[in-house]
Amino acid sequence: MAALLAQGRRVIGPVVRDGAIMLDDVASAAELPWGTRDDQDAGRYALTPGAATAAFGAVHGPQSWKRVLFPPRELVWRARRAGDSFEVDPGDNPDERPLALLGVRPCDLAAIGVLDRVLGGGAHPDGAYLARRSGALVIAVQCTHPGGTCFCASMGTGPRAGAGADLTLTELDGAEHGGVILAEAASESGAAVLAAVPHRPATGLELGAAEAALADAESSMGRMLDNDDLPSTLRDALGSARWEAIGERCLSCASCTLVCPTCFCSTVEDLTDVTGDHTERWARWDSCFSADFSYIHGGSVRTTTASRYRQWLTHKLGTWHDQFGTSGCVGCGRCITWCPVGIDITEETLILQGEVGREVGREVGREVGREVGR
Amino acid sequence: MALAEAPAPDRDAMYPRLHQVVGRTRETADTVTLALEPVSGEPADFGAGQFNMVYAFGVGEVPISIAGDPTASGPVLHTIRSVGAVTAALCALRVGQTVGIRGPYGTGWDVALAVTHDIVFVAGGIGLAPLRPALLEVLANRERFGQVAILAGARSPEAVLYGRQLRAWRSRFDVDVDVTVDYAGDAWRGHVGVVTKLIPRAPFDPNHAIALVCGPELMMRYSADALVARGLPAANIRLSLERNMRCGIARCGHCQLGPALLCRDGPVFTYEQMADLLTVQEL
Amino acid sequence: MNTVADLIREHPLFHDLDPSYVQLLAGCATNEVFEPGDALFREGEPAARFWIVRRGLVALQLSAPGQRALVIETIEPGEVLGWSWLVEPYRWSFDAVATELTRAIGFDAACVRGKFDTDKSLGYEMLRRFVPLIQDRLQSTRLRLLDLYGDGAR
Repeated sequence: MAALLAQGRRVIGPVVRDGAIMLDDVASAAELPWGTRDDQDAGRYALTPGAATAAFGAVHGPQSWKRVLFPPRELVWRARRAGDSFEVDPGDNPDERPLALLGVRPCDLAAIGVLDRVLGGGAHPDGAYLARRSGALVIAVQCTHPGGTCFCASMGTGPRAGAGADLTLTELDGAEHGGVILAEAASESGAAVLAAVPHRPATGLELGAAEAALADAESSMGRMLDNDDLPSTLRDALGSARWEAIGERCLSCASCTLVCPTCFCSTVEDLTDVTGDHTERWARWDSCFSADFSYIHGGSVRTTTASRYRQWLTHKLGTWHDQFGTSGCVGCGRCITWCPVGIDITEETLILQGEVGREVGREVGREVGREVGR
Repeated sequence: MALAEAPAPDRDAMYPRLHQVVGRTRETADTVTLALEPVSGEPADFGAGQFNMVYAFGVGEVPISIAGDPTASGPVLHTIRSVGAVTAALCALRVGQTVGIRGPYGTGWDVALAVTHDIVFVAGGIGLAPLRPALLEVLANRERFGQVAILAGARSPEAVLYGRQLRAWRSRFDVDVDVTVDYAGDAWRGHVGVVTKLIPRAPFDPNHAIALVCGPELMMRYSADALVARGLPAANIRLSLERNMRCGIARCGHCQLGPALLCRDGPVFTYEQMADLLTVQEL
Repeated sequence: MNTVADLIREHPLFHDLDPSYVQLLAGCATNEVFEPGDALFREGEPAARFWIVRRGLVALQLSAPGQRALVIETIEPGEVLGWSWLVEPYRWSFDAVATELTRAIGFDAACVRGKFDTDKSLGYEMLRRFVPLIQDRLQSTRLRLLDLYGDGAR
């Protein structure tokens, strides 16, 4: 921690607040959530006691690193009238210190990679996002046990950290290795931080224990998502009656989009003062579940909850591929945990895949029937 | 993945480029055309079918198709219909006042791909405005195309857009112009009926033609079906689609229609690409 | 010079009609020309004729007291003008006024209805051709009901 702060960085890490793991400024290692684990399931979240020697026993909470790299509200520019014209200026940047993201789970690391494509790629990248992102030091923490709603293994995003981290940590627990943290530098910046921290080479036993824990985590995930041909399956499922059924349960509360580490939809607000001479353009997070998200010509395109849920799921798992070349989902499970009515994206996808499969099966059956001359 | 270089804040694509109103024409009771010139520098080149995000100081920003001639230099033209707070503010601007412009964005009508073909323009209401640049581009290169037909529909004679221009185009011997309205007083001597009715007898060879269609989405679907019924392949029918836009630069996520981001992959698509998606309710 | 039978046969609506039927219809038909402004029929009058427009344009109009006439549809070449002769009480519900020089084949409605009674197949052949035109007209009317060019407020 001292090494990071010595670099003049603003360190963001997990802390316990309001009964959950939140992401906040941390100034010392003592502020991390030592001895805490979490119990997550559809629509349920609780912190539970864990090994006192573990700082990263809890998997994650309702916040993700997108709120650090892509803040919920941000000033885009300001303008003031000047006669018949007006002048625009970018406004002041509140905090320009480079960031250190401490404790990024592999799923969240993959999510940052997705945001890099969406906000940092394309013909018009978001300059504010790129500035924060390129200056940030990313310290990943691999997962030695899955969270209750996790399915990163089937998404190919965990429990081992992929590309994008500067430093990757694995925290060992148990009687033998409890309190040992393995660290692997993956970049020059990561190596520089490691050099400034007291460390020693890992023993073979410790490496073996880490590998065993990661393998165990991988095979004990409670949920999975079958990505085979998923975009085209979802396209075939657009007319399914299942969406209505989900629409009956869904509250359109937008929680899933708020906790999701890759949801990036935003809107702009133009706020003008009473004189009408000063205005500010603010960007803020938006959600496809909001009623006027799709508003044109005096009405919204998606008026029903069912159509909005369909938009969210088919975008996240399907059309995101068409738009950005990857899936939009990293298997973190937050949307399942934080949905007030416990709608499970993996369960719904399985049902839709089954429906489309049956339709295809029926078609094939008909063909076969014809061939046999029935 | 290697990250791009962050642009300076005032070069970010959300930063507006100031344009001054140099001309203002009232087209119909609720529609105005603004002629805009950048406060500094030259107007940006654009392709027929592209749009700008147009900002009214302190009120907001909306996507508006560029209505001018892409082959000629001159001010940026926007034909704006007053339907909400932002468009009402834009329609109320006087010569000398300033707007913000971001763009041009989006895909265009790709008129150049249609050389040697007959071209049919099917416009509904304000849809004639996004088609106007394509029409001007064709007329500037008239000899490279076959028959040219303009089919324009409007609510009533008073709502016909670019009336004088339509009459001027009709008086050319190499352009066919047919205008129809939903209803009219008896002083109207032209067609009364829906614009799709003009399609069966429009002068074009379906085996060698391209159709450019723009207007309310339902009107575009029915027009496309009528064109297909005449034998025009769906791949040769181009539509300009519309969805809510908050950024115009593929960052806000609002303008999605299935797999497409309209500001980046559209707004112009072929009917072949979009036919299935357009019939899914509330997509 | 073309006979009425030739004109009927030439028309896209009847080009594949059995020649004997063409003759039957020709027996009820005359070739007519209308100057701009000529009224083909007025609202309330008996629907004694119907027309198949060959060239020109006919406006269907409605008048109300204190209001100028409203044109609700124009009949194009190839279309049929008038259906009220098929449905009792055989009275026109609109005015029909030629807006351009119009050439049309006019049919005596009572004559044609008489021929339908004699030969049921003739009636079927005619209605088979007319019904798609009626459907088209209905579609056109419905689309305009939606007021797609309106300001969209619902």
